Amino acid sequence: MADLSTNFIGIKSPNPFWLASAPPTDKEYNVVRAFKAGWGGVVWKTLGEDPAVVNVNGPRYGAIHGRDRNLIGFNNIELITDRPLEVNLREIKQVKRDWPDRAMVVSLMVPCEEQSWIDILKKVEDTGADGIELNFGCPHGMSERGMGSAVGQVPEYIEMVTRWCKQHSRMPVIVKLTPNITDIRKPAQAAKAGGADAVSLINTINSIVSVDLDQMAPEPTIDGRGAHGGYCGPAVKPIALNMVAEIARDPETHGVPISGIGGVTTWKDAAEFMALGAGTVQVCTAAMTYGFKIVEEMKDGLSDWMDEKGYTSVDEVVGRAVPNVTDWQRLNLNYVVKAQIDQDACIQCGRCHIACEDTSHQAITSMKDGLRHFEVIDEECVGCNLCVSVCPVEDCISMVQMTEGTDPRTGKKIEPDYANWTTHPNNPNRVMEAAE
Amino acid sequence: MADALPGPDIRTGRLSPDDYLENFDDLHPPLGPHEASVEADRCYFCYDAPCTIACPTSIDIPKFIRQISTGNPIGSAKTIFAENILGGMCARVCPTETLCEEACVRNLAEDKPVQIGLLQRHATDVYLERPDRHPYVRAASTGKKVAVVGGGPAGLSCAHGLAREGHDVTVFDAREKLGGLNEYGIAAYKTTDDFAQTEVDFVLAIGGIDVQCGKALGRDITLDGLRENFDAVFLGMGLPGVNALRTDGESLTGVIDAVSYIAELRQASDLSRLPVGRKVVVIGGGMTAIDIAVQIKRLGAEEVTIAYRRDRDAMKASAYEQEVALTNGVVIREWLQPKRLLGEGGHVCGIELERTAQDDATRLGGTGETVTLEADQVFKAIGQTFVPDALGGAEVLSLDGGRLGVDAERRTSLSGVWAGGDCIAEGEDLTVAAVEDGKIAARSIHAALSA
Repeated sequence: MADLSTNFIGIKSPNPFWLASAPPTDKEYNVVRAFKAGWGGVVWKTLGEDPAVVNVNGPRYGAIHGRDRNLIGFNNIELITDRPLEVNLREIKQVKRDWPDRAMVVSLMVPCEEQSWIDILKKVEDTGADGIELNFGCPHGMSERGMGSAVGQVPEYIEMVTRWCKQHSRMPVIVKLTPNITDIRKPAQAAKAGGADAVSLINTINSIVSVDLDQMAPEPTIDGRGAHGGYCGPAVKPIALNMVAEIARDPETHGVPISGIGGVTTWKDAAEFMALGAGTVQVCTAAMTYGFKIVEEMKDGLSDWMDEKGYTSVDEVVGRAVPNVTDWQRLNLNYVVKAQIDQDACIQCGRCHIACEDTSHQAITSMKDGLRHFEVIDEECVGCNLCVSVCPVEDCISMVQMTEGTDPRTGKKIEPDYANWTTHPNNPNRVMEAAE
Repeated sequence: MADALPGPDIRTGRLSPDDYLENFDDLHPPLGPHEASVEADRCYFCYDAPCTIACPTSIDIPKFIRQISTGNPIGSAKTIFAENILGGMCARVCPTETLCEEACVRNLAEDKPVQIGLLQRHATDVYLERPDRHPYVRAASTGKKVAVVGGGPAGLSCAHGLAREGHDVTVFDAREKLGGLNEYGIAAYKTTDDFAQTEVDFVLAIGGIDVQCGKALGRDITLDGLRENFDAVFLGMGLPGVNALRTDGESLTGVIDAVSYIAELRQASDLSRLPVGRKVVVIGGGMTAIDIAVQIKRLGAEEVTIAYRRDRDAMKASAYEQEVALTNGVVIREWLQPKRLLGEGGHVCGIELERTAQDDATRLGGTGETVTLEADQVFKAIGQTFVPDALGGAEVLSLDGGRLGVDAERRTSLSGVWAGGDCIAEGEDLTVAAVEDGKIAARSIHAALSA
C-alpha cells in the first residue's frame, strides 16, 4: 500500500490532507473531531491580536448550486477567529500534545508592525505548534484594516513580514497567497526572497456570490446590505491549479514547497494539485459541505490510485506534471485529433450537434438517412473538444489522434514531427528551429 | 362447503369512509417543489427533443422543464399552455409512458425517463393555484360566430383558440357540465379535487365563450341550424354510442356499460352509494376496461377479472396501465371471448367465455372450449362508436371507418364544418390528441374567417 505520510518543510503528517485555516479549525472541539476522523493536519484558524475581532450576527455564507443543489461555489464574509487569543493558544497547545503525529500549523494575521509579529510569534512558539502560516490572503474585512490581502497584494510587504517571522522564530513559515492579484509569481517570489519555507495557495477570491432580487442587495445580506466576500469551493479549483503550476514552473520559485488549496473535494482533486507541485493539500469547503468523514475517501482514493500507478510515496507524485505545463506557443501544432462518437454509448440527446452547429464548426450531423443520428464530419472537425465537454455521457465521445494520412479538414499531410508556433510561417517573429 | 347465498352479492358501502378517500386519492401524487427541482435537473435539454416530437401537441418540453429548474414555474406553465391549453389534464391522464417519456433519452442512459408528466403537472398546478390567472388576452372582437358542438377536450381547445382570436364562440354540450370525458370518463384517482371543472373555468376565462349545456345535436340543435346561424361549426361530440356484446343475456340486470358506470362514479358525491358486486368480470382490453376494473376493485369488489379475447400485447391499454391493474389485484385473463351471460331471476350470475385462438397472423376464432366465471356484475368495455344519426337532416358528411372523415386541417367534407377528437377517423381516443385536433381546427377556422 502506498505511503501517504508527508514531510512538508519538516512538518510531518500521516497523510497530505490538512484542513485549511477556516471555521473547521477554529476550536479544539472541531480539530479533535477532525483528527479522530483521520485528517493529517490542520492550519488553525487565523489568530490576531486581542481584543478579538467580531463577526456579523447575520449570514456569513453564500453559495452557488449546480444540479440537485450540489454546492459548486461558496462565499464567506467571516473574519479571523473571534475568540480571545489566550483561549486559542491554550487549546492549540493541548491538541498538539494530545495528537503529536498530526501537523499543527497556526495561521497568523497581525498589523504590519514588527513588534506585533514578535509578540505573537513568541506565544505561538510556546504552544509547540509545528509551524505558522501567514494569512496574506483574506480578501474581506481584515483587508480594510490593512491586513490579509492588503498585505498579500504588495510584494514588498510580503517580503518584509516574512523576513520578520523568519528572524524572530525558529518555526517553519508558510506564506499564504491571495489570488486577488494579476501575477501570482510576484508575491511568491517576494515570499521566497523573505525567506519563506513554503507558500500555500490560493486564499479566497473576491466575490459577490449572488444578488437578492427582492432586497436588491448582495448575498449574504445583512439587514438589507451585503459586502464582497471570499469565493472558494470546487468552482475555484481551476484558478488555484493554474496559480500553483505558475509558481511550480517559474524558474525563480521552482522548488519552493507548495501547500495547495482551492476546491479540493476528492482524492483526484488532491492528486491533481500534487502533480502540479503541491506537497500537501488543504481542504475547507468540502469538509464544510459534507463533514470530516470525506477524508476517508480522499485517503483511500489517493492510496488506491497510487497503488494502481505504482507510486509508493507521495513524493513520487509531487510535481510530476510540472514539466508538461508549458506556454501555448510550445504546443505541437502537428498534433491532429478528431472527435469520435461511440454510437452504442450515445443516448441521442443531440447536445454535441447543437453546440457544434450553433457555436462552433458545424462538424456533427443530426440526421442520417432520415433518422436521428449524430456523427462527426471529419472534414469540418477541428478537434476542439467542445462536444466531449457538453456530452452528458462520460467517454461517449473521444478525441482520436490521426497519426498518418491527410487531415480531411485542411488537406494537409499528418506530420510526425513536432512543430510549434515559434517556427510557424504565419508567425511574424518565427525562428528557424522550434524550442521544446 | 357452505351453501352460497341465492342471488347476486351486490352491495353499497363495502368500505369504510377512510378507505374511499384513500382509494380515490391521486394515483400519482404531485411532486413537491423540491422533488420537482431535482427531477427538472435531470433533463438534458436535448436538441430537437424526442419528447417534444413524441407529444401530440408538440409542447416544448425541454423549455418548460428548464423554466421549472430556473425557478419560473409560471413561465413554464405558459410554455405548456402555448401548445396545449389543457396541459393540466394532459399532465394527469396522458399515457406518458408511450409518448414523451418513452422518447426521453434518459431511457437509453439509465432506463429511467425524466418524469415529464409529473413536471408538467407541477408547473400547471402552480399556475392554476390562482384562478384569476390566464396566459392570454382575447383579441378585439371580430364579430364572427363559431359553434362548437361538444365541450370535451377537442371542443374546449378549439373554443379557446378561437375566442383568443376574438371570435364569438358558443359551446353546445349534451351533458350538464363541460369537460367531456375529462369530467365523465377519466378514472377518478387521475383527476381529483374536481380538476376537470377547474380547468374548464380556466379555459373559459379567456372570455368570448358562451356555454350552452344540455343541448344535444340532433335533439336540441341541428347541424343545418348551426350552419345557418354561425360562420363556422366545429364538431367534437366524441363517441356517444357503446358497442354491444351481442350475446344472450345482455339485458340481464348487472350487465353494465362501463362508460355509464364510470360517468356515474365521477358524478357521485358519495362513492359508498355505488352498487358494487363481490365478483366482477370486465370484458375488453382498452383503457376503459382497465379504468372500470381498477375502480370497481377500489370500491371494494373482491374479485375482478378482465377477460380479453387476445393476449396482453394486443391490448389497447398500455403495458403500464396493465401493471396498474395487476398491482391493484385485478386478474387479466387472455384469449377469452364472451359467449353467453348466465342469469338467475333476471340478474346476471356468471358469464360463459369461449377460449380463442389465432389461426394465422390475424384471424381470431373461438375454439369451442368454454370457461365459466361467476359474476355479480359484468362490465362491457368493448369500445364506443360514433352516432351519425345526430347529424340529422344535414347534408351527408362523409364518414371514414364509421367516424367523420377530415383533412389535415380537420375540415370535414362539408364546407364551414370542422371536426376533431374521438369522433373523427384519425381519433386516437387520447385527450392530448383531441386537444391537438381542436388547436389545429381553430387555426384553420381562424384563417378561413380572416380570409
